[in-house]
Amino acid sequence: MKEMLLMMVSAALVNNVLLARFLGLCPFMGVTSRIDTAAGMGLATTFVMTFSAMMDWTVQHYLLEAYDLGFLRIVTFILVIASTVQFSEMVIRKVSPSLFRMLGIYLPLITTNCAVLGVALLVVDAKMGFLASILFAFASALGFSLVMIIFAGLRERLVLAQVPGLFSGAPIALIVASLLAMAFMGFSGIGTI
Amino acid sequence: MSNDFKTLAKDGLWNRNGVFSMMLGLCPSMAMTTSATNGFGMGMATLVVIIATSFLVSLFRKVITQEVRIAIFVVISAVMVTVVDMAMNAWLHELYKVLGLFIPLIVVNCLPMARMESFSSKQPLLPSVIDGLFTGLGFTFALTLMGAVREVIGSGTLFADASLLLGPAFKVIEMRLLPEDMGVLIMILPPGAFLVLGLLIVAKRLIDQRSERRAQQASAVPSLA
Repeated sequence: MKEMLLMMVSAALVNNVLLARFLGLCPFMGVTSRIDTAAGMGLATTFVMTFSAMMDWTVQHYLLEAYDLGFLRIVTFILVIASTVQFSEMVIRKVSPSLFRMLGIYLPLITTNCAVLGVALLVVDAKMGFLASILFAFASALGFSLVMIIFAGLRERLVLAQVPGLFSGAPIALIVASLLAMAFMGFSGIGTI
Repeated sequence: MSNDFKTLAKDGLWNRNGVFSMMLGLCPSMAMTTSATNGFGMGMATLVVIIATSFLVSLFRKVITQEVRIAIFVVISAVMVTVVDMAMNAWLHELYKVLGLFIPLIVVNCLPMARMESFSSKQPLLPSVIDGLFTGLGFTFALTLMGAVREVIGSGTLFADASLLLGPAFKVIEMRLLPEDMGVLIMILPPGAFLVLGLLIVAKRLIDQRSERRAQQASAVPSLA
């Protein structure tokens, strides 16, 4: 139990997918101009990342390893993720139309979020168990959402700041991200695995 | 026609450089630029995938219909990435171990996808391959530059371990520019990646601004005379 908890803290904060592993930087730079869109993206990604890690784990163990098809891993995983995204889009539309409207175009975009594929591959490479894989994916996704929301908050304030012309837009956002990454380095040493 | 290729080259390498102007493919360009050698290796792996996918998509552009194109692009790039992954595992095993997770992740790199969607699915074979080549070279250039800046400031070396990762022939480019303990460690750690990319984008804007001003002056002179 304690090990699982430490593993989750490590996945969410210490080895944060965005700031330490550099996975999923496209939505990090792309959809963090407002807090509510960043939160929506975080929520959708949390759902997809957890669910697809579950599916990918099952496929890896009962299909690819059982029939010695390891070389098809990349192709299979990307298809599993694409269908997971499609499936969650249908479920969310049925279950909660208001959430569906809020997430809007962000759902299909998750297919090309490298954090989802990256976490699935990390889980398989580390040979984690089923429960550990789900918890790892869920904690990583929480860390992802946390940083998305913090960064969106920073960027909302950044719009009001006076920035030298050459630095406006992407460069200043990257420099702010650098400072945020420095802050997250403060977590290193907690619950290392 | 050669003029077209010149435009393709200039666009791919500089004007719409994947990393510095389009902000595509950010994940590998941050994670794999702790040294110039890693950046170069990552760039070359992506280059091979971009050329191969551009070639295939352009070859089959008449049979790929609009509705299913995204799925086909994804499968094509997943297959090519698998090939590159296995080839690197076999022939460049040291480099393969360093790049690790980021080789399979080329599938979800936006850069090959962007070229397939906006260029090679509409253009003949030769321009598509040339476009893929220069887009890939631009990406390699960006990653090597970022890697070089981070490595020189961070550990004081340039192209360290090149002979180990790329082959013994690359021994000559390994060099040490700063003494052993002069490195600023933060540049190799994650914050350095964001910082260096931010500053390099500013540098690119500065150069663009300069050349634009020079072009304006050049065009202004004859009208005065």
